[in-house]
Amino acid sequence: MDSETKKGTGSVLDVLDYPFDPAAILKKKLSIKKELLNSTAPRLEKRIAVLGGSTTNEIVNILELFLLKIGIKPAFYECEYGKYYEEIMFDQAALKAFKPDLIYIHTTSRDLTAFPSIGDRPETVSDLRAGTFNRYRSLWETARDVFQCPVIQNNFELPQYRPLGSLDFSAEYGRTNFIQALNCDFADYARTHNSLIINDIFYLSSCVGLDNWYDDRFWFSYKYAMRHQYIPSLAYGVAQQIGAMFGFSKKCLVLDLDNTLWGGIIGEAGLRGIQIGKETPLGEAYTAFQQHVKELGRRGVILAVCSKNERENALEGFTHPDTVLKAEDFADFRANWEMKSANILEIAKSVNIGADSLVFIDDSPAEREIVRAQASQVVVPEAGSEPQTYMRVLDRGLFFESVALSEADLQRNQQYLENRARESAEAQFQDYDSFLKSLEMRAEIAEFEPVYLDRIAQLINKTNQFNLTTKRRTLTEVEQIGSDPSYIPLYGRLKDKFGDNGLISILIGRSEGTDLHIDTWLMSCRVLKRGMEAAMLNALVERAIARRVTRILGDYIPTSKNKMVAELLSSFGFELISKDASGRTSWVYRIPSQWSPVTHQIAIAQSTGARP
Amino acid sequence: MTQEQILERVQLIFRECFDNDTLVIERSTTAKDVENWDSLNHVNLLAAIEKEFGFEFTLTEMGGLKNVGEMLDLIHQILSDK
Repeated sequence: MDSETKKGTGSVLDVLDYPFDPAAILKKKLSIKKELLNSTAPRLEKRIAVLGGSTTNEIVNILELFLLKIGIKPAFYECEYGKYYEEIMFDQAALKAFKPDLIYIHTTSRDLTAFPSIGDRPETVSDLRAGTFNRYRSLWETARDVFQCPVIQNNFELPQYRPLGSLDFSAEYGRTNFIQALNCDFADYARTHNSLIINDIFYLSSCVGLDNWYDDRFWFSYKYAMRHQYIPSLAYGVAQQIGAMFGFSKKCLVLDLDNTLWGGIIGEAGLRGIQIGKETPLGEAYTAFQQHVKELGRRGVILAVCSKNERENALEGFTHPDTVLKAEDFADFRANWEMKSANILEIAKSVNIGADSLVFIDDSPAEREIVRAQASQVVVPEAGSEPQTYMRVLDRGLFFESVALSEADLQRNQQYLENRARESAEAQFQDYDSFLKSLEMRAEIAEFEPVYLDRIAQLINKTNQFNLTTKRRTLTEVEQIGSDPSYIPLYGRLKDKFGDNGLISILIGRSEGTDLHIDTWLMSCRVLKRGMEAAMLNALVERAIARRVTRILGDYIPTSKNKMVAELLSSFGFELISKDASGRTSWVYRIPSQWSPVTHQIAIAQSTGARP
Repeated sequence: MTQEQILERVQLIFRECFDNDTLVIERSTTAKDVENWDSLNHVNLLAAIEKEFGFEFTLTEMGGLKNVGEMLDLIHQILSDK
């Protein structure tokens, strides 16, 4: 875990946020604790007994930090070193007086002193296995019956060394074999007894690697069962489970779309341009991430979308042939141009949970930072910028821990699905045109005006996708075009009921006798599929007719990014004249004597600076 | 790395581990002289030093280290042997 680049709200407590740097937590634990105790936020008080077979002091120290951060104020009891069994089974007075709400039994493979001997008969091994299991089972049942509290119990990590080498796995007296069998016994019991919760150090130690996990120096010197630096990871996992027991788990995963659930920007690249599916390595990675998210949905995590996008573009992404997630997998779907923080808080309201139950994944560090600043209750992990890193952070972050899955968890998404179907039936549009009408779009289309020249030059130089010719121009050249009477230099602005999209389209024609050449035609992808292209072309044709132009000629000059406009001219009735080896196509439109404008749903405002 | 440079970095580690921004350590400083320097935080200190300088003490070396001077000498020796 590298958190060198990690951002945060600037608080010393940020070091506790997953993904964290364990060394920083260990080193700064005193100042972190001071800071946590400065907070007057109300906390749930819980009495936690930590009983270990090895040293637990530092585990308790770090566990305390994570619990305080979650909102639990723990009072701890620690047993005498290594006396976990005795204090639960026989010397119960101290523990009874403590009245634990919860017992955490921290044992590891270091505590398995009675391994089978090489050559033991199968019956001997299975007796030993049953004896070992029963020893633990009596602890759990005593905790339940005498202390009336649940137990968090570590399972066993794989052994550090294997006297039998590879045979250790399959021989019944092998240590690896024995440990795996015991872990199965633990799992079987936990599955049928809800007072037992397993904290899985088998998995944790595998994640970090056994050679990293085991550190003999600290074992022989200080009796730490694992390498000191993994104590924060262990404590974090236990804290998340305790949090889950007392209702502090996160419930809802809010996801950005572009470069989060698929590669690329759908508003620019279009449905075919986004990366998802088997075609590219990155596409496969997004597919894997979507599958992971789908599984989270199945386990009862509420899914929601928060994306800066046109809603129709955003929804279109989930019609991709390779998409795993569908629009109906989301309990709430917010694709607009509002602040993400505001949208996320709205999501919390609409699914009726606290904002502190949300986890937000976005590829953009800037968006993450803004959401952290504006909606500080929301968990916004530093998730990197590629699907495999999102998956890792979501998985290892243990945000959605639960101690058991209920029927309600498994049904949750179905319920949200039904709710959404009701809502959308109310608000459903007959067709796409009705939707466009409902947007109440108004455009202003006119010849270049000095006040817009900077914006026009910027748009000319940065627009890649909806750009017919991709001709770049300096500001001076733009000014010249604006004042040269042989040009029809049009800009377009578009507003709708949700707000002003600003100056988003440019169409430049150059007349030569009765011909008009399309020099530049570009548009910001924010407003794709709104009919703005048609409105721009209409404005150009009107002006061309006024100049007695009879033909409009246009070229599509292909680049690596502008495939989306390859058929643009064709879609407006231009005829293909020629195509060269580079893929460049030339088109002509013969203006009919009874020309009628292309229909669209945008009201065109009076052009302010129109010239004859 | 000179003894002075090592001392400077070790001092920063001490200040962080014991949460004391004004702590000044000397070669003769022992656990008695520093608040919170108990056996538990001694482990933290060793781990932080290992991380800072990029090596691991041996079991034998961990057993020594009775005062800051011994620590500095050992770090210096390990770094020069590397």
